[in-house]
Amino acid sequence: MELRKFLSSTTDLSTCEGPQDHVVLSSRVRLARNVTGRPFPGRAKKASRVETCQFIQPAIAAASLMRGGFSESMEPLQALDKQLLVERHLISREHAAKGAGSGLVLSKDETLSVMINEEDHLRMQALLPGLQVKQVWKKMDKFDTSLEKKLDFAFDAQLGYLTACPTNLGTGIRVSAMLHLPGLVLTDQVNQIVQAVTKLGHAVRGLYGEGTEALGHLFQVSNQMTLGESEADIIERIHKVVLQVIEHEENARQTLLRTKAKELYNHIGRAYGTLAHAHIVSSKETMNQLSLLRLGVKLELFKGLTTPMLDELFLLSQPAHMQELVGEKLSGEERDLHRADLLRKHLGKVKGLKLPE
Amino acid sequence: MQCCQPDCENEATVHLTEIVDGQMKKIDLCEECAKEQGVTDPKGFALADLLLGLGAASEMESGSGELECPACGFAQADFKKSGRLGCSDCYATFAEPLEGMLKQMHKGTQHVGKVPKALRQEMDFTKHRQQLEKQLSKAIETEDYEQAALVRDQLRGLDVPPEEPVEPLEPKPKSAKSVKGGEA
Repeated sequence: MELRKFLSSTTDLSTCEGPQDHVVLSSRVRLARNVTGRPFPGRAKKASRVETCQFIQPAIAAASLMRGGFSESMEPLQALDKQLLVERHLISREHAAKGAGSGLVLSKDETLSVMINEEDHLRMQALLPGLQVKQVWKKMDKFDTSLEKKLDFAFDAQLGYLTACPTNLGTGIRVSAMLHLPGLVLTDQVNQIVQAVTKLGHAVRGLYGEGTEALGHLFQVSNQMTLGESEADIIERIHKVVLQVIEHEENARQTLLRTKAKELYNHIGRAYGTLAHAHIVSSKETMNQLSLLRLGVKLELFKGLTTPMLDELFLLSQPAHMQELVGEKLSGEERDLHRADLLRKHLGKVKGLKLPE
Repeated sequence: MQCCQPDCENEATVHLTEIVDGQMKKIDLCEECAKEQGVTDPKGFALADLLLGLGAASEMESGSGELECPACGFAQADFKKSGRLGCSDCYATFAEPLEGMLKQMHKGTQHVGKVPKALRQEMDFTKHRQQLEKQLSKAIETEDYEQAALVRDQLRGLDVPPEEPVEPLEPKPKSAKSVKGGEA
């Protein structure tokens, strides 16, 4: 099946709500697994990678949680397809660069995805909206166990699941939550929070993972250590840390409303003005301004604007989604024009701005 | 801005921001001091060092001789370059040089999380045995000989591992793999 026909509409993706989604956009669990008796993808020759992929892919595609899903080698996917997947966080940027000998399996609702022959034989990911780290682990755990019947995972009684990189050894788990922290950014407290979270042994990254910028006031918090601690403990800690960060973000938003209301309305009002009236706008500016509008909606400053609508615009204004929407390949400049058109069309007609005088 | 090295008054042209223990540290160096500190030398910042912290790559290097994995031919130098291992057997080959690195990188060096179902039974057995041994020495220590005898008998019972599989049979063992797990 063609990937673009398979992918859910951006509207469907954006309508899902989750607990605490005024701050937590999504919760994710990633597991790294390898099968025994085969070299890791980084070491394997192409022929061996192709063979391993052909061995693993059907086993995953046949899992009951993957019923009605999408299963394909990375080879036939076009650059734009891969970029769409990256923008939806379904594959890593590293995996997008892969071709023959690597594969992808997606569940029908896109909440479960497996990259085959990325850095490890299997990189499996489960995703749920809002703060649901425990639930998302439960889902991942169940899926992982269901694969054990068909795949013999490389495991050592002392070192746990064996992974290509020693940093993933043991549980092979990476639990993360995507946090929207405009309050902490605007009150200049975000660095403090990032430092505190880092001190507790967690990593804080930008929107697209390792080495990326914190665009749109979005921060990804995840565990760093994978060995010597159980999955349940790792998840419990992340959950607690995220709850703390939520509290700080809520406080920051209230402080802004109490002490710097004019400044806050100014930020949000200008963000609206820009996006509803611009004729050329970059994806970076769009993300940052949409983030402020999201804050405005959560503070109930807008009547006619909803978070699903903003989340959909956020996704649609990314480069690959923009080209998919327009239906042709676009240069950066062309994208900026089309993006502005899209935003004006949707935001220009929104009535009922409740920004106080 | 002046170079931050003591006794140096040159203009700082190299600016570094480092995060050590979650604290942001800014370093401003002049060209000369930067070279001296190995900052301009890209090799001075091996990727593995940065990622794994605390000189992980150099630790692997200091192992005795040049180890090579018999299963995949992966050598220590390869690890230094990529920070990745070649196959699951590499962990046995490089166990010694890896140990220190794992200690620094993780909370512990003993896995305590999920275990594949097929192996769980075997591991539970070992764990159970260790617990009983602990109980036995504790009973002897406190001179509770009645308890000690009880635990000893339990331990003796363990010496003959159960023959029958406790795992339920697979409904339809299709491949050699499922046969192995369920004992057809």
